[in-house]
Amino acid sequence: MRISPTKFISLLFLVLSVFYLYTAYNIQVFAFDESAPFNARTFPIYLGWAGIILSSLKIILPEKVTTEVNHKHLDYKSIIYLIIISLIYAAVILKIGYFISTSLFLFASYYFLGERRWGLMFILSFPFVAAFMYLLHGLLNIYLRDPFLKYIGVMG
Amino acid sequence: MIEGILIGLSTALSLTNILMVMVGCFAGTIIGMLPGLGPMTAIALMIPITYGFDPSTGLILMAGVYYGAVFGGSTSSILLNAPGIPGTVATAFDGYPMAQQGKAGKALAIAAYSSFAGGTISAIFLLVAAPSLSKVSLAFRSPDYFALMILGLTAISAFSSKGQFLKAMMMVVLGLMLATVGQDSLSDITRFTFNNMNLTDGISFVLIVMATFAMSEALTIIFRGKDPNRAAKQISLTELGSIKVNKEETIKMVKTIPRSSILGFLIGVLPGAGATIASFLAYGMERNYVNEEEKQKFGKGSVHGLSAPETANNAACSGSFVPLLTLGIPGSGTTAVMLGALLGFGIQPGPRLYQTNPEIFWSVIMSMYIGMVVLLILNLPLIPYIARILAVPRNYLIPLILFFSVTGIYLMSFNNFDIFLMIGIAVVATFLRLYDFPMPPLILAFVLGGLMEETLRRSLLISDGSPNFLWDRPITLIILLITITIVGWQIFSTFRKKN
Repeated sequence: MRISPTKFISLLFLVLSVFYLYTAYNIQVFAFDESAPFNARTFPIYLGWAGIILSSLKIILPEKVTTEVNHKHLDYKSIIYLIIISLIYAAVILKIGYFISTSLFLFASYYFLGERRWGLMFILSFPFVAAFMYLLHGLLNIYLRDPFLKYIGVMG
Repeated sequence: MIEGILIGLSTALSLTNILMVMVGCFAGTIIGMLPGLGPMTAIALMIPITYGFDPSTGLILMAGVYYGAVFGGSTSSILLNAPGIPGTVATAFDGYPMAQQGKAGKALAIAAYSSFAGGTISAIFLLVAAPSLSKVSLAFRSPDYFALMILGLTAISAFSSKGQFLKAMMMVVLGLMLATVGQDSLSDITRFTFNNMNLTDGISFVLIVMATFAMSEALTIIFRGKDPNRAAKQISLTELGSIKVNKEETIKMVKTIPRSSILGFLIGVLPGAGATIASFLAYGMERNYVNEEEKQKFGKGSVHGLSAPETANNAACSGSFVPLLTLGIPGSGTTAVMLGALLGFGIQPGPRLYQTNPEIFWSVIMSMYIGMVVLLILNLPLIPYIARILAVPRNYLIPLILFFSVTGIYLMSFNNFDIFLMIGIAVVATFLRLYDFPMPPLILAFVLGGLMEETLRRSLLISDGSPNFLWDRPITLIILLITITIVGWQIFSTFRKKN
């Protein structure tokens, strides 16, 4: 039996709702609140049940409108590259600072999306990020944490 | 009221705020023009920039972005037959055929004039309706608010994507679930944090908006990059033609604009409805109003067919501010994003906003009008130049959207857990979008989650745990009956299709 992607997602949502409901029942509330008409677990319990009912209905009821996705037309390679670059960016942003990590992230993203105009890629990464940082930090007075620039004395 | 209008005018007409309206309209037009990026993304991307402003200025900037994005959406509809937002799909029905006939400039001008007129008329309606509704809404109690939020969430699910009511309702529940993460507002008990300190304060609203809209839009564009149906279309910018509108066309617009404005405003006020439904209904209504000869021109470049949806979608934008400003309950995904931003400024919209922060209330309303003028004066002559933005390759566009999203989150917390969480949510949202699970209901539910739990708590405590609060007050009962009608209609239409 082949299960449609929509029903599969609904099944995952059902599992999530069951887990959510289980966690909701296990929320620790104050002893005097245990039998109150409303405590910290009431709303989550309603939501857990709502999730279970809705996802079950979606799984059980026949699909009127089916969503067809042609996987041959999906660019898995580029999206995986972009996600990996984004994860690396998130991992290093605190260590090497906003300016360098963001500029490198932009440069790498342009490259992996197929861009090869090096000059334009450079302008739209390092000078662009510097200008954006000046707009935020210098003009709008929005604090932007960057240990590296602070270390070399560019930022206060 | 006159005093309020003057306060609003003096705030809105300050040099900084006029500059913000102009920047907002311009930036909104550019972002809204890019297929796939709508007002929600445009506003979400602006949130980090508003951190440094006072609430009035921040809101004025976002209102300008909202109008600009709607206008920008119609530009790509007309030039490329690729609507930037769902609200401008109907614009393409007659706008694109006009462009193909070498009258793209004229089509853009008609769209701009209609948007201006629709927005202006509905801004006047808002001016009159909002204070009166604020007074009425002071009579609302917790059960009424709870019922109203249920109605809003049901309505947005019913209207957000045709035939996908259950999917949309699942997204509502998911949004509410995400809103329960963190400390309970009353007891301070932490819920669903799994001993992670970063989740104690809950998931940030900006993070959810950036992940489900800005970042996931960008990933979706890349993901579907090989789809031949979505391949970027190009337009020759030398073929725009004149932007002058002749007398006959003006007369046609003058007939269409008033009725489409009224319809658009009323649809916009309704929770869950909005620019998309308003524009389609206005198009359909206009087709019924015109004579047989004009009717034949619909779909082939009719002035009525272009003017009606453009008027209605802008009128609906103003209308959608009514429930936000008077009840504190957003009726659409876009106004939900604005509510989140307002809460970020420490302002609780609702009936008391009119009394406690009149300068914000009135300056937003007045800036809408100024925004319309700016759109007309600034954008119309610049259309041939602005349209060049459509030629920006996605290789540059996508990384820049990701950059703005990550910066927005980094500015808020300066920790990388939030960035990891955003990437995770964006990846899930991208797959959900692929299978037509709509995101606006999730955003609206996430924004309303805290308030909904609060009103349910009060209602249940007052009624001592009994569900009687749902039908004790006539207002609650009426709102609940409307909700049941919407659900019933969804079930009926499902069975009707089956048979």
